[in-house]
Amino acid sequence: MGIEEKAGDLGVVTTSLEYVVNWGRTNAMWPLLFGLACCAIEMMGAQSANYDLSRFGMEINRASPRQADLMIVAGRVSRKMAPVVRRLYDQMSDPKWVIAMGDCAACGGIFNNYAIVQGVDEVVPVDVYVAGCPPRPEALIHGIMLLHEKVKREKISGKKEEPIVLSQPLLQVDVAKK
Amino acid sequence: MTLQIPTPHEITEPAIAGTSDTMVLNMGPHHPSTHGVLRLVLELDGEVVVNVAPDIGFLHTGIEKTMESKTYQKAVVLTDRMDYLAPLSNNLAYALAVEKLLDVEIPERAQVIRVLLVELQRISSHLVWLGTHALDLAAMSVFLYAFREREQILDIFELVSGARLMTSYIRIGGLAYDLPADFLPTVDAFLQIMPARIDEYEALLTGNPLWLERTVGVGVIDGASAVALGLTGANLRATGVPYDVRKAMPYSGYESYDFEIPVGKAGDTYDRYRVRMAEMRQSVKIARQAWERLSQMGPGDYQTRDRKVAPPPKSEITQSMESLIHHFKLWTEGFKPPRGDAYVSIESPRGILGCYVVSDGGPKPWRVHFRAPSFINLQGLAQMAKGRLVADLVALTASLDPVLGEVDR
Repeated sequence: MGIEEKAGDLGVVTTSLEYVVNWGRTNAMWPLLFGLACCAIEMMGAQSANYDLSRFGMEINRASPRQADLMIVAGRVSRKMAPVVRRLYDQMSDPKWVIAMGDCAACGGIFNNYAIVQGVDEVVPVDVYVAGCPPRPEALIHGIMLLHEKVKREKISGKKEEPIVLSQPLLQVDVAKK
Repeated sequence: MTLQIPTPHEITEPAIAGTSDTMVLNMGPHHPSTHGVLRLVLELDGEVVVNVAPDIGFLHTGIEKTMESKTYQKAVVLTDRMDYLAPLSNNLAYALAVEKLLDVEIPERAQVIRVLLVELQRISSHLVWLGTHALDLAAMSVFLYAFREREQILDIFELVSGARLMTSYIRIGGLAYDLPADFLPTVDAFLQIMPARIDEYEALLTGNPLWLERTVGVGVIDGASAVALGLTGANLRATGVPYDVRKAMPYSGYESYDFEIPVGKAGDTYDRYRVRMAEMRQSVKIARQAWERLSQMGPGDYQTRDRKVAPPPKSEITQSMESLIHHFKLWTEGFKPPRGDAYVSIESPRGILGCYVVSDGGPKPWRVHFRAPSFINLQGLAQMAKGRLVADLVALTASLDPVLGEVDR
């Protein structure tokens, strides 16, 4: 049955550990079930029948951050929500990645006002920014594909890049500078 | 000047203390069944809910305040992002309020297109409610079926406006653009298949014993309490009160359409489900009537001919000096409605969506306020949940169909 038969007596496959590990990580990357605003509806659209995110092994949305690898920040992050986003990120186990979906998560979008954090990268380190208001499901899938490519380039032999630790003073946003 | 992001302990706690016999448990803001970023503070006696206090504001966007710094026409974009399941309904409420302030006539063709699109929007919004509601009660396949039809509606929106979700298609004075040529056949194809598809969803759920077990008698509220709390939309009609703004205070020519208001009896989660399913059928019926009118009308105006409000067509600008001035004035300064205020309410998929606009005579609104149905419907949650299990709370939160973007604005 399957590949063993075709391989015949060949019992050994050589490859690099990095390749296998990264292959595994990209093909079962579980996103956190986490929607904030409008973009979450397009994220649901990406997971529904027409776009079918499960083609990439990403249909299992984990409601618990402990079981998730990828945080898709889908929507605007308000000042009240920002600490919650940070806490969810801290609760995710390493290795973990973040996609900022949509203009609001990337840079505040059209809401340049008192209520909205001007980009979720003020709170968590972002790997991929997906533009659009809201981005189409295709755009989100493109962003995820880019993230997969990025993960495949990662070195496990070296020390993994430390996530940026935002301590309390860093959470202060300088309004005058903005 | 620095602005401090509040740390979790600084966020004000809802007033639920609990007693020595009860436990206070936090549900949300990150919880799959709260449909967004709603935090529910539960007081539990074992698994029975003694009290619930919703903590809102996790999605506060400052939309009403931001609208004060935009011209009237540019503020339309912000209304889309309030109730993000029904952007066209929000557009319509805001456009009607400003049109009332301006006292401008909208061509009949534009009104028919508005009705058609808003009813399609109602179907698409109810489909998201249906899919996620069923998903919360562990029926995965309904979600996949519901989103299949929703994509067809989004394709229609994309056809007319270029955007799937945030269309901003209904503008003050009419519509953003004229309809494309293949609009009518596309809508026709959708309206033909939709009734059979609703039958399909009902076959999956309506008589399903598991579905009945989870929904019948869960989250009951009587008509008098629902009225007292200000519940509207399907949540009110499920209690047997036949109130619908489309009948009570018709707008955009709804009085000339033939449709019924579906009502429930018990006011439980199952009745809210039945009412919304019946509403989808009524929306198909209204959309079909609007479609027939549009086919008979043929091409025509899609916005008012009042050049002080709607920009002249490009071909006119090169011919007439006055048109050029109108164009220039509209896009640099915007129009200035007379001093005063206007309130308009419409029936959005979630209930009465009211828009109150105050003008000080300038090109920007002095104040815009929305009566958000989701926000007020949420007030019924505590009364419905008391004495039920935590698992029932999941079912009834979904059946209230709150959109947190609209609750917090």
